[in-house]
Amino acid sequence: AYKRFSELLPKEERDNACSARVPKGRILALPELRANPFQHRICHVFSTSESGDGSLSFEDFLDMLSVFSDSATSDIKSHYAFRIFDFDDDGTLDRKDLEQLVNCLTGHGEESRLSPAEMEQLIQNILEEADIDKDGTINLSEFQHVVSRSPDF
Amino acid sequence: RDCQQTDIKYLSGWKQWKRASSKSLRKFVNEVKELSSYLKLWRHDIHSIEGKFGTGIQSYFSFLRFLVLLNFIIFILMFSFVTLPSIISKYGVFNSSFAKIPPKNVEPHCTVYKPSGNKGLVYFYTYLKDLLSGTGFLEMTSLFYGYYAIDDAWFSILRYNLPLAYLLATFAYLALSLLWIIKRSVEGFKQNLVHDEDQFQSYCNKVFAGWDFCITDPNAARLKHRSLQYELQTDLEEERMKRKIADRTMKEKLRIYSLRIFINIIVIAVLSGCFYSIYRATVFSQENSNVSIRGDIRTDAANLLVQYLPSMVITLANFIAPQIFSILIRFEDYSPAFEIRLTLMRCVFVRLANIGVLLFSLWSQISYCATDKCKACGYNYELYPCWESQVGQEMYKLMIFDFIIIIAVTLFFDFPRKLLVTHCSCKPVQWCGLQEFGISDNVLEIIYGQTICWIGTFFSPLLPAIATVKYFIIFYIKKISLIHTRKPPARPIRASSSNFFFLVVLLIGLVLAFIPLGISIAHIPSSKACGPFRNYNTSWAVVPATVLGFPTGLQQVLYGIASEAFAVPFFMVICLVMFYFIALAGAHKRVVEQLREQLVMVRFDPLSFL
Repeated sequence: AYKRFSELLPKEERDNACSARVPKGRILALPELRANPFQHRICHVFSTSESGDGSLSFEDFLDMLSVFSDSATSDIKSHYAFRIFDFDDDGTLDRKDLEQLVNCLTGHGEESRLSPAEMEQLIQNILEEADIDKDGTINLSEFQHVVSRSPDF
Repeated sequence: RDCQQTDIKYLSGWKQWKRASSKSLRKFVNEVKELSSYLKLWRHDIHSIEGKFGTGIQSYFSFLRFLVLLNFIIFILMFSFVTLPSIISKYGVFNSSFAKIPPKNVEPHCTVYKPSGNKGLVYFYTYLKDLLSGTGFLEMTSLFYGYYAIDDAWFSILRYNLPLAYLLATFAYLALSLLWIIKRSVEGFKQNLVHDEDQFQSYCNKVFAGWDFCITDPNAARLKHRSLQYELQTDLEEERMKRKIADRTMKEKLRIYSLRIFINIIVIAVLSGCFYSIYRATVFSQENSNVSIRGDIRTDAANLLVQYLPSMVITLANFIAPQIFSILIRFEDYSPAFEIRLTLMRCVFVRLANIGVLLFSLWSQISYCATDKCKACGYNYELYPCWESQVGQEMYKLMIFDFIIIIAVTLFFDFPRKLLVTHCSCKPVQWCGLQEFGISDNVLEIIYGQTICWIGTFFSPLLPAIATVKYFIIFYIKKISLIHTRKPPARPIRASSSNFFFLVVLLIGLVLAFIPLGISIAHIPSSKACGPFRNYNTSWAVVPATVLGFPTGLQQVLYGIASEAFAVPFFMVICLVMFYFIALAGAHKRVVEQLREQLVMVRFDPLSFL
């Protein structure tokens, strides 16, 4: 993992890799993240930089790898997945978050989005399935409950 | 990590040691697992396919790998217990010898069997013809049943009962296949059960867990986006469809049901047409392939064609019937998911029933007895002195033809189509486009081949080796065809449910293979002229004969187990256990419902639970 990380840094900073930060642009060039529709959210969630520019230090990089590895427990994975899906960072998944999530999944571009009626029907169904207390949003425990029953997660 | 550190301070020395040792044990187990995964066949290939095309297509290739391994193990089983002792004792290696007991109480005309091997000067193409049809020089090799005409093999002082070993090896490979498939499908079954019960979870599953994080290729990502969009739209449409169905009036329902009954009648007519044509083709082929003048290439080629006629008709039926079904089902107005499932079940039925009809027509030929002499033998001894070898040859031909068709379709349809699409930019060609990689079609193809292998191994013990090589080559052919000439299916199949579906259909094929084998072993008299069961009425008769040779105590026990006094209470106990588990499952479901309601109530009124 250390080797992958140091490859991302420009040559001068390689010796100092432990404390250096890699800018967001280079992280997004990694093959695993390149095709991922949630790439920006992933960088944002794992980044601990104060300036909010999405850069990752080596520890952030390790965090990211350990959460995505096969041996992470589903609790940890669902916790981070919740943070990734929460586009406005307000601690719950409301309608706007779900709408953005679905648009990310179906692809960018006008012809690949669902029609407004379909989107409405879909969000209604999701909230019906996952929202236990019927408050119109999905909080962390509801999300973890839904995800624990999903065979494909 | 901090939590663990603070915990450690509070634990005693013994517990600390236990925790440290369990950690290092887990690490060791992980490293062993990683090392053993390097040994897995084709690990790298399947991984790269998964990255480029997603988990649906990857499940097809891991299914293919599973079949290669299964066939290899079956081959090892049959080879070491049946073929190896025969070869060793026939050539007298390791101080061994064999005994051929002359048959008693049998009419002499039943025991005449002269396989026409190649004598004298033969043309080269005769070898090719024999290779393709299993006759000639292949008939007397260990490939077919007729070679194993040994009754007892002696290795120094040990006596090896070959007929019993042959029969038991057959049962063993069937049981092994059954257990292995069930073990693999248990995982998928558990997930399927959870998934089915919670049908209202399907949307959340798709949205939250839909993206496959293993995809690294931008093209594949685009495909995944489109497939997700398609899946969501299909599900929403299905929901709208369900609402529409619920709103139907009585008159509309009547119209739709009568339409469905009419279409089912058409389907049955199509099926009967297929079965009848296979029956006629088999009868024709059997009647006309025994008249051959060796040495004339024209009649030999025509003869080869006649011999392959059943295989060709079956392949044609397997190709046409699914097309007809997919056209018919559009008129039946079902929901999309049910449409797919019904078409698939019909295709499965067509493919597997075709093999059954072929075998049935073969048997009707074999047991057709007009004269008294023939009735004394029990089978048609003139045309089929060694009928098991003939059936083995038929299965061999089916397998070879299947293999040839797969190669031919890839070479002569896929590659030219790809060349046409890339170099010719006229409208109709572009509209046709590349062929989709239909996962279910390909899976049904290999399951069909595997069913032939299971049925044929009893008559031709080296058939699993041919099947192993065939699937090995098919893996590479399909992989090349996928990468270069096909586009992935627009309709996605989820990996977790597709694995279970493949294994269920494979299980259906295996159960269907039990039936012809059971009839051959227990019902039809074994040929008196060749094979290990010459001295017995039927192939099964070797088991009672062996049991009679056991000490009386053991005989009593075995008779007791097989009698009704044991079987009926055993069956009732099994039923009770099953009812218990069903009741348990129902109770768990009710508990889950209650807990869900409690969760809702806790939110609104936490104090009521204190």
